Amino acid sequence: MKSATYVERSNRPLRTYAMLFLAFLYVPVLFLPLFSFNDSLYVTFPLKAFTTKWYAQMLANEPMHAALMNSIRVGAASALFATILGVFGAKAVTRYRMPGRKPVVFTIMLPLVIPGIIMGVALLILMSRLGIPLSLYTVTLGHVLICVPFSMATLIARFEGFDKSMEEAAADLGDNAWWAFWRVTFPIVFPGILASLLLCFTISFDEFIMAFFLSSTEPTLPIYIWGQLRFPQKLPGVIALGSVILVVSFVVVFVSQWLRGRGVAQIPGEGR
Amino acid sequence: MTAPPVKLHKSWNSRLRALFIRSEAVRGYTLLSPTLIVMAFAMCAPFAILVTMSFWTQHAFEIDTAFTLRNYQAAIDGPIYKALLIRSLWISGTCAIVTVLVSYPMAYYVAFHVHRRKLVWIILMTLPFWTSYLLRVFSWKVILGYNGAINSGLKSLGLIEQPLEFLLYSPTAVVITLAHAWAAFAILPIYVSLEKIDRSLLEAAADLGDGPVVSFLRVTLPLSLPGVIAASLLIFIPTVGDYITPTLVGGPDGIMIANMIQVQFGRVNDWPMGAALAVCMMVVVALISLIYIWVTRKMTERIA
Repeated sequence: MKSATYVERSNRPLRTYAMLFLAFLYVPVLFLPLFSFNDSLYVTFPLKAFTTKWYAQMLANEPMHAALMNSIRVGAASALFATILGVFGAKAVTRYRMPGRKPVVFTIMLPLVIPGIIMGVALLILMSRLGIPLSLYTVTLGHVLICVPFSMATLIARFEGFDKSMEEAAADLGDNAWWAFWRVTFPIVFPGILASLLLCFTISFDEFIMAFFLSSTEPTLPIYIWGQLRFPQKLPGVIALGSVILVVSFVVVFVSQWLRGRGVAQIPGEGR
Repeated sequence: MTAPPVKLHKSWNSRLRALFIRSEAVRGYTLLSPTLIVMAFAMCAPFAILVTMSFWTQHAFEIDTAFTLRNYQAAIDGPIYKALLIRSLWISGTCAIVTVLVSYPMAYYVAFHVHRRKLVWIILMTLPFWTSYLLRVFSWKVILGYNGAINSGLKSLGLIEQPLEFLLYSPTAVVITLAHAWAAFAILPIYVSLEKIDRSLLEAAADLGDGPVVSFLRVTLPLSLPGVIAASLLIFIPTVGDYITPTLVGGPDGIMIANMIQVQFGRVNDWPMGAALAVCMMVVVALISLIYIWVTRKMTERIA
């Protein structure tokens, strides 16, 4: 064992700080589930009686179901297209040495830093000038655009640990490029692809700004929630719905990140 | 008569094939092309039309496509736009600084003091970021509200008589909410830059007699500056254009430039003006970012 300098020694104040930080991250979000079981129209302490009636109300809410289905359809389509584009991109930049790789990757990653409202209004203007009516398809287009950078980042992390000699071995053994990809590359990168699909689905499912500008009469779930926020008497229902969405998102993202990280750690010499 | 062209064609074909197989770059770009073309087109086309529209004018329900700088004139002359833009820059700047300051120790802790289950820590730190932005902002509204969780909680504990009014509908509320929402964007780059630091440098500093504080200031902090710079930009740039947070928790004093842009595309229905405001915002943010990058680069060069 290495002799412990102050670098390695555990640091109690820092640890406390880390715990407080995690509390800061999570406690605000936990207020939604807490109040979703509170038998009161108002979101105030002290808590009243325990109730599940807001959830019952939510389950009986038809417009909410429609919005949920819209969000699922948009999310699935966005995840699929973004991940396909992400696979091409990540494979290319990790497999081949290319001049100008950095600016190209930068271009693809740009939607990460462009304020959402700029992308939203720019696409809105484009659609209206091209005469394309707003629909769930336009929302999907916007979501693919913002999901591709996340998909690329997830997949690059996964592809970078990939030994290209394996693919070359498959090629030497007579597989063509497509078969080599399908039989060698794909099984190895599959966790990464799954992680990307899950992540993109969650991003699209929770995305608000693009959907706000690019949807028409069919709302996605966040747009539906936004519409409900104006009515105080609808607040508990929104809180119940929000709690469910939060819990599901947390689980899906945790699985996605875990798949991605675990995948990388399993490749020898990668990760810690 | 037709033989030579065919032969020529064939040799061209095989030459192209040879080039294709030989050149990594060509193969790489071929594979990359679907993604690159889609992304480049899906970004360039909307931006081109956004900029173009900012030179048009809206007449009632018609859009006049004659070139004019009137929108920009209005954007520069109207005191409200300037005030909103300055406030947005100020709020986002404050938010970037605050978020980086509170995230740094967290990233430092995970990079240097967590040895087992690092992955779990990283996931825990970034997990809320992936969940609904709208719902996270909404939960802050629930917490900070006039009769919200904090005020009603403190009141029922008997600590305060009147609700604290500064909590909701103020720039402070916007900064707190944004800092919470964007923390992951600060933690990850800082964490990555800290993780990259060669531990033997710290050992060397310790061997040469530097205490923890000195070696942090002389080794760790300078080497992690790229992460800090990236983090502050990753927060500053997108938050300038946020309008959900100001709408839900900002109140009249917390309204930002993006609210104004959104109104132009909604109620006011003056798209060219909205486009001009969006372009102004982008240009100002890009200029500030470039200056920031330039200044910090000069500074890090001097330290190194």
